[in-house]
Amino acid sequence: MLLIPCPWCGERDEPEFHHGGEAHIKRPLEPDQSTDEEWAEYIFMRTNPKGVFLERWVHQSGCRRWFNLARNTATNEIIGAYKMGEKPPISTIANKQKTATVSNKKPKGVK
Amino acid sequence: MKKYSIFSLARNALNFHQDWEKAWRSPEPKKNYDAIIIGGGGHGLATAYYLAKEHGITNVAVIEKGWLGGGNTGRNTTIIRSNYLWDESARMYEKSLQLYEGLSQDLNYNIMLSQRGVLNLAHNLHDIRELKRRVNAIKLNGIDSEFLTPEQIKSIVPMINISPAIRYPVLGASIQRRGGVARHDAVAWGYARAADARGVDIIQQCEVTGIIRDGGRVTGVNTTRGVINAPKVAIVTAGHSSVLAAMADVRLPISSFPLQAMVTEPVKPILNSVVMSNAVHCYISQSDKGELVLGAGIDGYNSYTQRGSLHIVEEQLAAVCLLFPIFSRLRIMRKWGGIVDTCPDASPIVSKTHVDGLYINGGWGTGGFKGTPASGWTFAHTIARDEPHALNAPFNLDRFTSGSLIDEHGAAAVAH
Repeated sequence: MLLIPCPWCGERDEPEFHHGGEAHIKRPLEPDQSTDEEWAEYIFMRTNPKGVFLERWVHQSGCRRWFNLARNTATNEIIGAYKMGEKPPISTIANKQKTATVSNKKPKGVK
Repeated sequence: MKKYSIFSLARNALNFHQDWEKAWRSPEPKKNYDAIIIGGGGHGLATAYYLAKEHGITNVAVIEKGWLGGGNTGRNTTIIRSNYLWDESARMYEKSLQLYEGLSQDLNYNIMLSQRGVLNLAHNLHDIRELKRRVNAIKLNGIDSEFLTPEQIKSIVPMINISPAIRYPVLGASIQRRGGVARHDAVAWGYARAADARGVDIIQQCEVTGIIRDGGRVTGVNTTRGVINAPKVAIVTAGHSSVLAAMADVRLPISSFPLQAMVTEPVKPILNSVVMSNAVHCYISQSDKGELVLGAGIDGYNSYTQRGSLHIVEEQLAAVCLLFPIFSRLRIMRKWGGIVDTCPDASPIVSKTHVDGLYINGGWGTGGFKGTPASGWTFAHTIARDEPHALNAPFNLDRFTSGSLIDEHGAAAVAH
């Protein structure tokens, strides 16, 4: 279970939250001019990275506020939360990526 | 390949089983192949088998970073059914079920298919109406489906609680009698052995690290065991579809989530069918070893960790105990997670891509095991002919641009 640091309430258990998918996806500024490809990109296409992922969460059973979270999807390590409208903590993420030793290999005999 | 039979079994028994030949070779990768399949799970191995069998393309490599069937093929709850609402899905999964029905003979490998019936429960008036509508729609597609009353359910599953007093009472069910379970490992191993016998090279412990392109065309892959060239490269890496596709700058509408499953301690035969409930969300069957095999919904956030959160397990076990109070005293023996690649319309992608010679098969969500044979069969056709078969044409990657989605969210008997 994740222990998620809500920027308003502090650390709370994951069942209090609801995941809102990838963060920082921009709605087309000129919807009338947008092509089908641009709409597909906005509505459906996702980066889905194995590594640091910027995602949205809502503290559904708490303050009911939305916020962003930087989390490593390969390890579930939470790098940090930041409020809506704020920029992601890029320097922290860069440091984590430098020191991260993510291995895909499983120990022998483990299924 | 030496044929498996009652005689080979007897002969080898006399030798204390010392002389069985290896089920498949483990060759060094060649420099060039006609096609490379990335991913040695059920779908990848099925693709290789049908490329060789149906299209005569045998100079094929299956490249697997771990061991065969060690991903979702070895982690699912082995349920097979074809009771889907939409025509496109019904045709695809029915083809799969039909291939499963002849697969043990076709592969000369016992996949232990057990068509013990799959029940989908209804818990309120809307469920009943919806289930009856689906039963009729499924029948119109020529697929067997029936509606059962609670008493009829009780006659098939005697220990189920059909009391009207419980929180989510069992009010009815649909049943597909041809549905059931199969041994998941055997499906991977059977396809591997049969593909190998036709000349396919199966290369394990070899991870693809890059997809090599030359002017919008695929020419091969970089791997941890060097460069391997081929004019056609197929990605069949459930749980890592987006990671592999990104190597060729292909964007996918896929998000990856953990899906957990578990088994109880083994008990004597008690449950002779597969019971699924969408509303209280659990599915349950009994393996030949006696363990009850339990599964439910996905965890709520993107992850590649192959593990999930405990509260998901708790909700699922609560559902099982509601329907089967007798099971509340069983202990859970193992639990594990797999990573399921889900599409926005809960239907898979079996498709060409905008890169010439690059094909993708993924996004099967939580329902990939039942699709294994048809997935391989249609994907092999797509790779060999460079155009989709009529069965998988609707499951193309362009549908997210054209808008012709196959929306199986809740339209299948259980949503993916």
